[in-house]
Amino acid sequence: MNSDPSLPPKSSVKPWNDPRVRSAVFQILAILAVAWVGYSLFQNTLTNMASRGISTGFGFLDSSAGFGIVMSLIEYNESMSYGRTFFVGLANTLLVSGLGIIFATIVGFIVGVLRLSNNWLIARLALAYIEIFRNIPLLLQIFFWYFAVLGTLPSPRQSVSIGEVAFLNLRGIVLPKPIFEAGSGAVGIVLIIAIIISLAIARWAKRRQAATGQFFPVLPVSAALILGAPIIAYFALGSPIGWDVPALSGFNFRGGITVIPELGALLLALTLYTASFIAEIVRSGIISVSRGQTEAAAALGLPPRRVLRLVIVPQALRVIIPPLTSQYLNLTKNSSLATAIGYPDLVNVFMGTTLNQTGQAVEIVAITMAVYLTISLSISMLMNIYNRAVALKER
Amino acid sequence: MKKTLASISLATAGLLTLGMQAQAATLEDVQSAGELRCGVSTGLPGFSQPDSDGTWRGIDVDTCRAVAAAVLGNADAVEFVPLTAAERFTALQSGEIDMLSRNTTWTTVRDASLGLNFTGTNYYDGQGFLVKSELGVDSATQLDGASVCIQAGTTTELNLADYFRANGMEYEAIVFDTSEQSVSGFDNNRCDILTSDTSQLAALRTQLSDPSSAVVLPEIISKEPLGPVVRQGDDEWFNVVKWVLFLQINAEEYGVSMDNVDDMLSSDNPNVQRIVGTAGDMGDLLNLPADFGYQVISQVGNYGEMFERNVGPDTPIGLSRGVNALWTDGGILYAPPVR
Repeated sequence: MNSDPSLPPKSSVKPWNDPRVRSAVFQILAILAVAWVGYSLFQNTLTNMASRGISTGFGFLDSSAGFGIVMSLIEYNESMSYGRTFFVGLANTLLVSGLGIIFATIVGFIVGVLRLSNNWLIARLALAYIEIFRNIPLLLQIFFWYFAVLGTLPSPRQSVSIGEVAFLNLRGIVLPKPIFEAGSGAVGIVLIIAIIISLAIARWAKRRQAATGQFFPVLPVSAALILGAPIIAYFALGSPIGWDVPALSGFNFRGGITVIPELGALLLALTLYTASFIAEIVRSGIISVSRGQTEAAAALGLPPRRVLRLVIVPQALRVIIPPLTSQYLNLTKNSSLATAIGYPDLVNVFMGTTLNQTGQAVEIVAITMAVYLTISLSISMLMNIYNRAVALKER
Repeated sequence: MKKTLASISLATAGLLTLGMQAQAATLEDVQSAGELRCGVSTGLPGFSQPDSDGTWRGIDVDTCRAVAAAVLGNADAVEFVPLTAAERFTALQSGEIDMLSRNTTWTTVRDASLGLNFTGTNYYDGQGFLVKSELGVDSATQLDGASVCIQAGTTTELNLADYFRANGMEYEAIVFDTSEQSVSGFDNNRCDILTSDTSQLAALRTQLSDPSSAVVLPEIISKEPLGPVVRQGDDEWFNVVKWVLFLQINAEEYGVSMDNVDDMLSSDNPNVQRIVGTAGDMGDLLNLPADFGYQVISQVGNYGEMFERNVGPDTPIGLSRGVNALWTDGGILYAPPVR
């Protein structure tokens, strides 16, 4: 026999009996039904809102907002539009999420490694940290940092002075603000060059180590370069950056940059809460690397710190990255709890004040959901790309 | 599978058409449910707050009870739905509540673009400032550079911005989700000022750990007519809620009160007769029982009684009538006649 007996003879099957045709038809029908339901819901909402005299549309984004926002990374004042308040809120959300992810990762990795320490006391302390912060609701932790810890700072008139240039009080930390004068651009260029050189050194050191096994202290050299070069350039160019030092006037400090305590409390709570989960993820990742790897590395004469960095962590990352992505997503979404303590994030500003002033609930909630979805999907995508880079490459 | 799909589609279509019908005829809905669902605040002394027994008390609460007395003949047939400032309009628009009585300011935007109607004013308020006394401030014009604690989703936020801009002053607004959180922010010294309607400032001041540490400034920076709200497009219900409040104000004007309403049933004064329902056909016209006026006054009282009981000088809030006095007493309370 030439033909494959498992394939049915083509002509004898009616299309409605062909499983492929049937499954395709049903899938198309299902998609059409979902689309129809979605479209009806959309139309129904519009019709109902119109019949009840509720305004719809996105025209409100252009009208003047008229309310103040305590902290803005972009230029903002009351005469700007509601659309602008969206970007102010978005920038604040991205700031707290971005910083939170960085700090939570650092703290989480350190605690996760300490948790496995041979030192009994250190391991127990790390365990206590993880169990305490992981098991208390995040909102309570935010309130704790905001009201119980930062709330005990002195009032502006009794501020804690740090070298007479920075001040710590209930209203936050007031820092001197750099004023860039002519020639300050050169300092920036020196900084960028220093970073590029450091990256090149790191690359070279890695290659050399792979080829010869010789180790080069990249971290201290880069740190000295990145910090030192701009400082030398700064003084060589005759101090082209001035400082606007804050001074007490009236109720508060004027001038300088104020980091509001709401940001501090939220960042602390998000960092410590998420770090406790990341620590456990890191621990599971490290344990997943077989003990033989550590022993083999030790047998080769690698010191413990380099065993961790060169042998264990790269292999552990394969286990760590996927659940770590979930923690990053959680942190970003949890940042919306900001509204409880008045940090002006997207939910507080846009879905709070803007929604209330305009009453355009459907549009604003839809925009806000779309934004969180976009942020989360972007984080997932970036982490998936990174995951592919560190994943086991089977050759 | 086809069958399942078909039934799901049918069910969804049914839901959608249901959504279309779920408007208008609020009066019939309330009558058939035997209960009025009324949106109130999450806790504001004098306006709407549960007492130690869990019974809701306040002038906004009494406004709901008066409507329930008129429609159902029972002032206690109310289900109170506590709402934050941010939730209130959506709850009313979606039909979760039948009326909103939650110290809500009547503004153009709210009246015109939210599909809502304000039925009147049950308290004329204005925005003021509560300031730490240690700062030694005695006028709002000295507040340049201050941090201000404020509740989200209120007209207060806009008034504050307008006032500081108009006077060329800077400020820092710390926006909290609820009134309680803004008070604790102020109590913790996060802010120099707490701003809200003056009626609330008096009440909120009593909640501070040391009430004498703060003073209310004399300036009133805005007009805040607070009143009940209903959905737009249901004129019958709009009339009912509107005229219950007007009736209470008229009752005070003609001296009809909880104590004397039974005697007033035999009154010769035609104005009084129309209020208690012994003359005229006001009940019929409003699709309410003929004795709805009697029920409202005997169970809840006239406007003056409602005021004295909840926010008057003998209560912890201790507000005087001020502009909320009857027009005959030098106030601005003036209701159209019952006739």
